[in-house]
Amino acid sequence: MPKIPAPSFEIVHHTLDNGLRVVLAPDRTAPVIGVAVLYDVGMRSEPEGRTGFAHLFEHLMFQGSAHLEKLEHFRYVQSSGGTFNGSTHVDYTNYFESLPSNALERGLFLEADRMRSPRITAENLANQLDVVKNEIRVNVMNRPYGGFPWIYLPPVLFDSFANSHNGYGGFEDLESATVEDAADFFARYYAPANAVLSVGGDLDVDETIALIERHFAAIANRPKPERPDFGEPPLTSERRADHEDPHAPIPAVALGYRVPDPVNDLDGLLAHVLLAEVLTDGDASRLQRRLVQRDHLVTDISAYCGEFGDPFDERDPSAMTITAHYPDAGSLDAVLRATDDEIDRIAQDGLERGELERVRTRLLSVLLRELDPVISRTLEFAKFELVHGRAEMIAELPGLLTEVSEDAIPAAAALLRPDRRAVLELVAGGNR
Amino acid sequence: MSAPTTVPALTAPRRARKLGTAERTVGTGLKVIAIRKPGVPIAELRLRIPFQSAAATFPAKAALLSSVLLTGAGSYDRAGLAAAIQAFGADLSVSVDADRLAITGNVLANRLRGLLDLLAVVLTEAGYAADEFATERDREVERLTIARSRSGTIASEALAERMWGAHPYAHDLPQADAVAATTPAQVRTVHRDRVRPDGAVLVIVGDISPARVVDQTEQALAAWTGDAAKPRIPKLPVPQPLPLLVVDRPDSVQSSVRMGTDAVTRTDPRYPALQLANLVFGGYFSSRWTENIREDKGYTYGPHSRIDHHVLGSTLMLDVEVATEVTGPAMLETFYELGRIASLPVTPTELESVRQYAIGSLALSTSTNAGLASTIAALAAFDLGLDWIREHPARLARVTIDDVAEAAHEFLAPSRFSSVVVGDAKQIADPLSVLGPIEQ
Repeated sequence: MPKIPAPSFEIVHHTLDNGLRVVLAPDRTAPVIGVAVLYDVGMRSEPEGRTGFAHLFEHLMFQGSAHLEKLEHFRYVQSSGGTFNGSTHVDYTNYFESLPSNALERGLFLEADRMRSPRITAENLANQLDVVKNEIRVNVMNRPYGGFPWIYLPPVLFDSFANSHNGYGGFEDLESATVEDAADFFARYYAPANAVLSVGGDLDVDETIALIERHFAAIANRPKPERPDFGEPPLTSERRADHEDPHAPIPAVALGYRVPDPVNDLDGLLAHVLLAEVLTDGDASRLQRRLVQRDHLVTDISAYCGEFGDPFDERDPSAMTITAHYPDAGSLDAVLRATDDEIDRIAQDGLERGELERVRTRLLSVLLRELDPVISRTLEFAKFELVHGRAEMIAELPGLLTEVSEDAIPAAAALLRPDRRAVLELVAGGNR
Repeated sequence: MSAPTTVPALTAPRRARKLGTAERTVGTGLKVIAIRKPGVPIAELRLRIPFQSAAATFPAKAALLSSVLLTGAGSYDRAGLAAAIQAFGADLSVSVDADRLAITGNVLANRLRGLLDLLAVVLTEAGYAADEFATERDREVERLTIARSRSGTIASEALAERMWGAHPYAHDLPQADAVAATTPAQVRTVHRDRVRPDGAVLVIVGDISPARVVDQTEQALAAWTGDAAKPRIPKLPVPQPLPLLVVDRPDSVQSSVRMGTDAVTRTDPRYPALQLANLVFGGYFSSRWTENIREDKGYTYGPHSRIDHHVLGSTLMLDVEVATEVTGPAMLETFYELGRIASLPVTPTELESVRQYAIGSLALSTSTNAGLASTIAALAAFDLGLDWIREHPARLARVTIDDVAEAAHEFLAPSRFSSVVVGDAKQIADPLSVLGPIEQ
């Protein structure tokens, strides 16, 4: 087999006097740049009684800023030929633009302006409250399997408010949010020292650092907030709960297992990441073969690490999730038994010849492919810098994955015991 | 030091590099297009095989062909084939619509040849084994059940029927009972008659040498031969606007609005102006429709308006999910914005904004391997290619305010659309009926 080519990226670090960390990743092959700002605050940090606030606040960051009226942010990005978005994660919130490279300074200005002072008014808050409620209706309330399992599994798997609450938020909590709450949240968490700015693509390093100093250096230094330890002990006995879905035509189940600390025990995490691929990636995987193809128990089954399928996106605590849809509502126990049986087989007998090699090759290929779009790469550099402290880790991942030993996979499988998991059953209330 | 307080101007744009490319229609009739894009060591594949049919039973057979195709071929059983694909760091998937069968894949660039050899086995020796077929038939029925539990799917299906009537384009998804009645022998026959290289296009994009990849592809797929059956397809009818259709989905907290009309193809001289008119109306975030019903009124998470290109004709399609209690007002604003752009000229600022957005987003979407491969495969169905991408910015640059006004007047008039709303009829039927006639 030919070798898998290792990615090589030029990465330049810079820190401003106000504490803003900067990562630059030049690549001049296409006239395109990515600009991303990540703030070290996500759903876990929102206060009790304010579920969904981190996400609502993300919306408010697009509503105008120090020198921009409402709607101007969108218009300046798009009339430059670019696209924009933002998203709220458990441990951070990102804002980004994909732009032709002649809009580099404009992109930096737009991000600096809202890092300085977003325009948070009662009118904008009321409008974005309506928009967010409609986002929740379309993605959760009016959709079969909406919010499954990411909203409904954490309260079974975790105990603390931070780890278990609904990150989209309850309507009552969202409706009680005030302009003062938003101002406090901004003052506390959106300090330059609590953020990473990443710029990738068609750029000159010295020129870009000068532009960044020009636009961001005058933003006042504020203390970086203390990040609490969100860790909690793993489960010691199986927990079960169910969730009634009024639109779903067939039942589903989600199994949640805690995984090693993604930052402080990366090797342990990588074994779980590879195990998830062994279990459900493709038609040759263990659970597809057993539950879909042989036993005809489930319509589909999928295993992944990280709340939204990205194992490197969050700090401790994190989870591996296995979800399956199954046509026969009476077959949950059979689904669990067959799953446990296959996991046991890996724990007892290890892997088949060549199994780890092919699964690892595919995973490396997936990781490389995700780095093709400049904006994805820009976001990845920022994420690894923020969550793991090192943007360079992206280039090291293939090597680290290659070093995971054959024995590490059964050892990881041995931890996926019924007494260490949460089981969420989705009860189908929809018409067939 | 004080920071700038005004929005910086754009600097001079840098031109994209010209891409190395090779193209050949090989002896079997397959057209191969290979493009080199330096960067990550991955190659993207898009194989597009014409798959139109006027037969009522065809969608079910096509859907099953697509879900069973990769479950074993030649000496490979299902798991063996999947393991071999995985070992190349690759993935293959199959999808089908009323126009084409598509095999989509990606692979480590230095293992491309291996994947092409496997693809040849799949195309020439797919097994359709009875047990795998039965498994996939049951799964397909479950997938259809799940798809049709979504409000948006119900609305899209109702709209397609309303626009296309008895034409095959009216049915994108097969019926579950037709799937359940389909046999392996029927699907093998479809494979034999239709999965053939003449008229098919294979696009490969990535860190590859194009001329060598075209040669490799010709060798690897040499055994895939034969002419495809060419069924007669009725012409696409011109959709006739009917009263707004309300489909009841009790207790829905939102209503799914779908509207559609016929549009023009990419090669029509009116197309660039219509593309820009659509963007001003609802085709990007800074559009009138989004700024009105999302950013001003908060009725929705987001409306979308787009031009879809099908082999037999292009369409202009609108979709939005709105809160149940504002369904009437949201439709009022939608008709208002359509009527406004069809009746009054856009502003110079609006035109410049969409022009730059259209040029920039084309460049962005074709700056990735996957985006370029998908775009080239889609264009190839219309005998268009990289030249079209290269020349389109100049066409957009020439569009005037009058051109946009004409295109909008002709194609965005609210009277021209077929419309469907799926939601809680007891709450939305009355508010919708005050705006015009409705059917339930």
